[in-house]
Amino acid sequence: MEDASCCGAGVVQEDNPKLGDALNARTFSLAEEQGLDIVTICSTCQGVMRRAQIKCENDPDYRAELNEDLMEDTGRAYQGTVKVKHFYEMIVEDFGLDNLAGKVTRKLTGLNIAPYYGCYALRPHEFSDVKIPDRPTALEETIEAVGATVVTWPEMQKCCGFPILMANKHNSLHLAGNVVEGAKKQGAACIMTACPLCHLNLDSYQPEIEKTFAMDLNLPILHYPQMLALALGATPEELKLDTHIVQAGNLLENLSSS
Amino acid sequence: MKARFLISRFDLQLDTTPRLQEYSVDVPKGSTVLECLNIIKWTQDGTLTFRMSCRSAICGSCAMRLNGHAKLACKTQLSDVLIDGAVTVEPLGNFKVIKDLVVDMEPFWASLKRVKPWLKPDESVEYERERLQSIEGYKKIEDASTCILCASCYSDCNVLSVDERFLGPATLAKAQRFVYDSRDCDAEERLEYLGGANGVWDCTHCAECSTRCPTDAKPLERITELKAASMAHRIHGNNGARHVLAFRESIPGKYPGTGGGMINENYIPLRSVGIFNISGLLDLIPVGLRMFMRGKQPPMMPHYIKKFPEIRKMFSRFKEYLK
Repeated sequence: MEDASCCGAGVVQEDNPKLGDALNARTFSLAEEQGLDIVTICSTCQGVMRRAQIKCENDPDYRAELNEDLMEDTGRAYQGTVKVKHFYEMIVEDFGLDNLAGKVTRKLTGLNIAPYYGCYALRPHEFSDVKIPDRPTALEETIEAVGATVVTWPEMQKCCGFPILMANKHNSLHLAGNVVEGAKKQGAACIMTACPLCHLNLDSYQPEIEKTFAMDLNLPILHYPQMLALALGATPEELKLDTHIVQAGNLLENLSSS
Repeated sequence: MKARFLISRFDLQLDTTPRLQEYSVDVPKGSTVLECLNIIKWTQDGTLTFRMSCRSAICGSCAMRLNGHAKLACKTQLSDVLIDGAVTVEPLGNFKVIKDLVVDMEPFWASLKRVKPWLKPDESVEYERERLQSIEGYKKIEDASTCILCASCYSDCNVLSVDERFLGPATLAKAQRFVYDSRDCDAEERLEYLGGANGVWDCTHCAECSTRCPTDAKPLERITELKAASMAHRIHGNNGARHVLAFRESIPGKYPGTGGGMINENYIPLRSVGIFNISGLLDLIPVGLRMFMRGKQPPMMPHYIKKFPEIRKMFSRFKEYLK
């Protein structure tokens, strides 16, 4: 979808909720025009888009109101048929983990991966597609499907702090630090996240977190698709793991041969 | 049915850390968690301490953590929280524990007082009778009015876990109830305060509050409404509000190079700290430099989507949509 716009990231929605919903309705109408569903690699986009959809589902008059303007501005309307999924949902529900396991060429055996859900995929529950949002399993199941070991820790569903990075950096980095430190304490070799914004806070700011809170972290942060790609045989160079602030290129050295 | 309860035991006078004590209970079908706790207290262990009163989810006394998440014990069916025949019962989080499941609520009440939770009428008018609210007006404050002050939101708030000065979700929901009340004359001053330190912009929208809230108060929604009111009142002198302005300017590309349907990720932080805020800008340099050295920095020029004029047209409805 070359013409999709920014989803508003929940920020436009704090300024002008109706405009935020209208932007997303426009994106939905583009997908519907092509007869396609929407997949995003970002939990924040997914959460924001699902919220807009559910608001429209629950209030058909509201959708009609948005559509009237959308028709005038773009010549399209949101029919309410498009599905919005996170990439990991597509892998687990549509592609299938057995299918995935069958395509793995480099089993990540011995690699301790901490699955990080963060917030938007799970909360508020009324906007989450996860069956039991307090006990999600999709990320753990994917880790097992690629042969790696799941590391759980108390902060795996807590906030990474990214949304308040600009408003209150100290609190933001403190939240991020707790997430990374918690995973490290449980013996994780890396954290795997389903949200690029979590990635930004946990990875790019890790040196500052270490300095501010006297924490010894140095824990690589992987995107969900990067983990899949490693298991499917891609090289760290192809995945540009060297562009991470906390170097993730040597994770494969941790693999045990089995 | 037999069920196992792992209950946090602690006595401020005697213990340094809480411990989990296991109770096995034969529970009647359809029991709430509170009914089970009463069975334990009455038949097994009279020293087990917890707060309770109304048993109908209206007094807010029996909020506690079940399997790590705040809930009202009286409103929760045991069968909904049993995992492999057991449930973990702990006191609310973000509070000092006094005994077992009883916490010191004082910081919660203190926070509430900070937003002056009472109606401030226009004192220049002499009212001859009570001031009624219209049905339309009530709808704006109805949800926040359902708060029963159980502190479930306070317990699970992620920001409070790192900063006890944060006003917190229940307090902010209460503030929304007055800011949006047409009979209150202090909206501007209230919003100035809420836009300051420890206020609405410190909320990280982890959505724990709305998820744990047992009523329709749903603090995250109310906080979002307070932010919208702040923006509408043009209270822009803080990073949170500037961050919102950055999006407002970036998506429709208000200034050349600021964005084109997608945001310009370089513009957002600069605009958020303030383009004339030297120390704020200097603070951005280390991370910017780190990312630049690694090739992780976003592209300097914004990405223009092909149908960009559509976005501009939609943003021209900005004021119309606020009505």
